[in-house]
Amino acid sequence: MLSAPVAARALRTSGTNAALKNGARTMATVQDAPPVHRQRGLQDQDRIFQNLYGKHGADLKSAKKYGDWYKTKEILDKGHDWLISEIKASGLRGRGGAGFPSGMKWSFMNFKDWDKDTKPRYLVVNADEGEPGTCKDREIMRKDPHKLIEGCLVAGRAMNCTAAYIYIRGEFYHEGTVLQRAIQEAYKDGLIGKNACGSGYDFDVFIHRGMGAYVCGEETSLIESLEGKPGKPRLKPPFPAAVGLFGCPSTVANVETIAVAPTIIRRGANWFSQFGRERNAGTKLFCISGHVNNPCTVEEEMSIPLKELIDKHAGGVIGGWDNLKAVIPGGSSTPILTKKICDDQLMDFDALKDSQSGLGTAAVIVMDQSTDVVRAIARLSKFYHHESCGQCTPCREGSKWTEQIMSRFERGEARAREIDMMQELTKQVEGHTICALGEAFAWPVQGLIRHFRPELEARIKDHAQKAGGETLAGGWQHDAGKHGMLISPGQ
Amino acid sequence: MASKLAPWLSRPGFRAARVVPRQQRRTFQRSAAIRSDTLNVHRDTPDNNPSIPFKFNTQNEALIEEVLSRYPSQYKKAAVMPLLDLGQRQHGFTSISVMNEVARLLEMPPMRVYEVATFYTMYNRNPVGRFHVQCCTTAGPCQPNTPCQLRGSDGVMKAIEEEIGIHHGETTEDKMFTFTEVECLGACANAPMVQINDDFYEDLTPETTKSLLRALKEAAEKTGAGGWAAGLPGSSGQDEVSSEGAGSGRQVKQGGRGYAAQGASIPAPGPLSQRVSCEPMSGPTSLREEPPTGESMLRKDGQL
Repeated sequence: MLSAPVAARALRTSGTNAALKNGARTMATVQDAPPVHRQRGLQDQDRIFQNLYGKHGADLKSAKKYGDWYKTKEILDKGHDWLISEIKASGLRGRGGAGFPSGMKWSFMNFKDWDKDTKPRYLVVNADEGEPGTCKDREIMRKDPHKLIEGCLVAGRAMNCTAAYIYIRGEFYHEGTVLQRAIQEAYKDGLIGKNACGSGYDFDVFIHRGMGAYVCGEETSLIESLEGKPGKPRLKPPFPAAVGLFGCPSTVANVETIAVAPTIIRRGANWFSQFGRERNAGTKLFCISGHVNNPCTVEEEMSIPLKELIDKHAGGVIGGWDNLKAVIPGGSSTPILTKKICDDQLMDFDALKDSQSGLGTAAVIVMDQSTDVVRAIARLSKFYHHESCGQCTPCREGSKWTEQIMSRFERGEARAREIDMMQELTKQVEGHTICALGEAFAWPVQGLIRHFRPELEARIKDHAQKAGGETLAGGWQHDAGKHGMLISPGQ
Repeated sequence: MASKLAPWLSRPGFRAARVVPRQQRRTFQRSAAIRSDTLNVHRDTPDNNPSIPFKFNTQNEALIEEVLSRYPSQYKKAAVMPLLDLGQRQHGFTSISVMNEVARLLEMPPMRVYEVATFYTMYNRNPVGRFHVQCCTTAGPCQPNTPCQLRGSDGVMKAIEEEIGIHHGETTEDKMFTFTEVECLGACANAPMVQINDDFYEDLTPETTKSLLRALKEAAEKTGAGGWAAGLPGSSGQDEVSSEGAGSGRQVKQGGRGYAAQGASIPAPGPLSQRVSCEPMSGPTSLREEPPTGESMLRKDGQL
């Protein structure tokens, strides 16, 4: 009994975690000790995507020269249990945004009596990269396609799949061509297809091109789309591992998750887990865009401090670090962070969850002082309104309302109390939709209200001053009643 | 006192008198013009109606056979998206006859095909110009921001409007350009960017945008290409990456190859700056060493 507070204090003082430093309780890891941080600077030799900047061709010969398809037969011969335990030991978490442990996800496919089931089993690779800010899968597909194809084979073997479908977004036409060519090369070389790599295992890889729908990046709507229907998400359960593509067991995984798998197996789980903090192991592709001197995509270790990431690779924020206003750390659907938080923010799943944001796809969108954040979030609301599939009401209606209210906020045509209404609206949507698109448009708005409420209020006040009175709820002019317009009662 | 002196001057009377001149008025609200998405219903027009026959050509028939082999035989309808795409490439846009033909081939109700064709934004259900200029408007013109805009896509948008003289959602008189706004195209580290037909042009400035559009227009004039999107224009469908992959060790512009023939030249897709792809402008900050080989990085515990 006595030791509990002592332990808690020790926990607080020993932590390197930003949120623990000021004594605040962390959100993601309440009971756990702070993860150990082993930052040591990633060496070039330890980068997985060696061809990220297109140094050599995307063909099979150069891929083989730099280590792809090396001892793949031996890897396949190890069997699914060993492969999955290796991925589990490496601590790989899904790179598509949710960060679910990959080893565990893959093991769901090998449920009890799976081998008595005669149905085909599918691995579906989600290459429908559409999150604003994200441009990592594209680089993998057009420069390291063989990493992805080998990954399909290795992950497919671990899950005992019969085929892999790569769902690539329709806009990536050239990327699709490069990938298709790589698949043909691999077939010709006997690496995939019947008796893949001579291991006695049959495995096919197919490409399916999407046609421009953001919502198809969600796993169940991706499956729907692959089946030749409009991409409207399905209710879960049943989860895809039970009933997925064409009614068969299937697993949907991100391109990056699949593409790193062979390298992890080849270099060992210990090698991969030495980077980053505990539970956030490995290396990750970061896409840095927005107000930085040199926007780029770069592979770095997890848990790298945000400031170091921007300064080292992107040439710093335009006008220096002090000119920073806000950062969206993981693609448009993650809540925005202020400069104060960014000062000592680590880039990994848990640290960003502690800051009430998320790693998402690790697409860092940097905004400097010249940015109008309200306008930025209003633009994102428009994006989500455009991309909502219209299947379930909270998202279909909510995204439209959000867009309309945000565009009023942008101009200041609102009442201060509507900020709280907006907060409530987004809370009502969150968790009440079939897929995560509801959260995706709710979170950025919540983040804005959390961190930039004074800015919203100032804007409303400013507009009230210019217009001669505070706008009535719903965006009506302050004297709308006098002009005989219908306004809501009670104001 | 007032009620005693003049009982007719009671409060309800006042109230009634006050309301009379203040009639409730509701103004009509016109819904906003839809620009990036076209109407979700089909209307028969002279160039898009069910009586126009459409058939896949022999080249595409071979492709359809290959496409169908990718999906389980009892799930033929999974091929609806690739087939509609082929139809669009052959016909120039996804007309109602293309949809009907796809429905017939895949033995599915036409309505299921219409559902798909209206859901996905890349099916152009109306004719588009030869060059379909799609500006990433998660950088948009009216409410710009996020990656592309932060890098200055306002100027790009304006440059396009100035150069070809139309707003987004419109086609030029000579049917050479259609200008659409689309959402994030996934090249954010190379923002701002436009997609013209299948090609990504990245790292744009207003000047490079203008010169790019001018080069396209010039090329079309010199080669005598008319308006409207051509079915299977020249090189599409051919293997464009064949020589790119072969020269390992050679830096290539990522994204495709330029085109030069009959005195016209179109810049190679990809970044229109000095960059090759997504590396930092000032030169790579990582991956400067020679990549390791398979043997050198194999795990040491002897498991493999």
